[in-house]
Amino acid sequence: MSLFPYLVAAWLFCIGLYGVVTSRNFIHLVMCLAVVQSSTYVLLLTIGYRIGGMPPVFAGVPVGTPAVDPVVQALMLTDIVVEATVVALLLSLAVQVHKGTGTLNPDHLRELQG
Amino acid sequence: MQLLQMLILCFVAIFGTAVVLTRDPRSQVIGLSFFGLVLACMFFIFQAPDVGLSQVVIGAVALPLMFMLTMARVRRNTEEHEARKRHEKKGKEAA
Amino acid sequence: MNPRFRRYFFLISVVAFFGVFAWGLHDLPPFGHYRGPYGDILNHVAVYERHATDVVTAVNFDYRGFDTLGEESILFMSVIGTSLLLRPQKKETDNNDGKADNSLQRDLDESERRRAPAASDAARVLTLALVGPLIVFGWYIVTHGQLTPGGGFQGGVILATPPLLVYLAGDLKTFKRITRQEWVEAIEGAGIFGFVLVGLLGLFVGGAFLQNLLPLGQTGSVISAGTVALLNIATGLAVSGGFVQLIYVFLEQTLEVKLRVQGGK
Repeated sequence: MSLFPYLVAAWLFCIGLYGVVTSRNFIHLVMCLAVVQSSTYVLLLTIGYRIGGMPPVFAGVPVGTPAVDPVVQALMLTDIVVEATVVALLLSLAVQVHKGTGTLNPDHLRELQG
Repeated sequence: MQLLQMLILCFVAIFGTAVVLTRDPRSQVIGLSFFGLVLACMFFIFQAPDVGLSQVVIGAVALPLMFMLTMARVRRNTEEHEARKRHEKKGKEAA
Repeated sequence: MNPRFRRYFFLISVVAFFGVFAWGLHDLPPFGHYRGPYGDILNHVAVYERHATDVVTAVNFDYRGFDTLGEESILFMSVIGTSLLLRPQKKETDNNDGKADNSLQRDLDESERRRAPAASDAARVLTLALVGPLIVFGWYIVTHGQLTPGGGFQGGVILATPPLLVYLAGDLKTFKRITRQEWVEAIEGAGIFGFVLVGLLGLFVGGAFLQNLLPLGQTGSVISAGTVALLNIATGLAVSGGFVQLIYVFLEQTLEVKLRVQGGK
């Protein structure tokens, strides 16, 4: 049972990757990439979790109360915001590809190149 | 492990799978925003309110908005392309 | 690589992945039994050392501040890349002799106008009434980052939503005015520059990049934790500028006709 969260992380990674591999639309592909990324959140969250721990915020709580790991939370926090801007960059690439070639399908794109 | 944590992890796995297996981007973006919401709940349940807040804001506002605007742009591209084709045809007929 | 071969390759990769994953799992702590020392040490010392009650923010903007600067530059670069890729190009409706093809443009404008009905009065009043509270809330999240959950990243995104609400209310003129490119870019640049400046100040005065050398103040008050509060504000500016810029370029792409017809300069 203590392995369950790790398995969820692995599952999200694999299913997201499956989506990326079989995708026929760049917009669909970017969303699958977002799912792949969320697997890292599950993994990091699990590593830093402690049963009965409180959030690492000591406003009105004495220092020394058992709390979960703040370092992994800091990593995830910045990553979520940065991920959104990277998704924007990928989407703008998709828009440009569609403008130039009239298709969003990665397979068609390869055929066009010959 | 608590029942609640177990449940939310199951939800995360199910919604993630649903997002990937929905092939039409228009329905997928709805699934993605639900997936974002479930992720935010997971962060709160696993004692990470900072991350949860960040996920709520990004998952509710930024991501779906950008996806929908991209899809609107792609649709406009297609329409423009068709309008131009019609126009050219009209021009040829007139000539 | 044809799709079939790609699938086989994917299957082999997944099998290999699970092999490595099982190997790695062997040494990971079982669920709920965190053992790494860093988090515990930080949880114990952060409040005394930095007078910040939210340890996550203290980690982000002090103990691992350099890392956050790196993340912020990724954000900055992505926003620049997106604006570059989506910059308005020469109208493709121009004919070869350089004259705009008006009848085609009229067709397109017509279909655009048909599609988007004007916002109702109720929607306009409600969205515009939300602008003020949202700005206050975003600013609160930014400035209370070192005390309660929140900080520059979350507050910055919240601060980027009011222009979007103005757009949703159908007030394109105001939307264009408050998203003037020079201002938005200046805000974003000021945020990144402020972050680097605070870091360099620490380097030259205190001897280390991002050294926290401001008075720490009283734990639990808004002005506390020294440079952490300043860096939160800098990050808030950078993130809100970046997201307003993103929203603007995507909206411009989708609705360039509408922006030109109704809110044009």
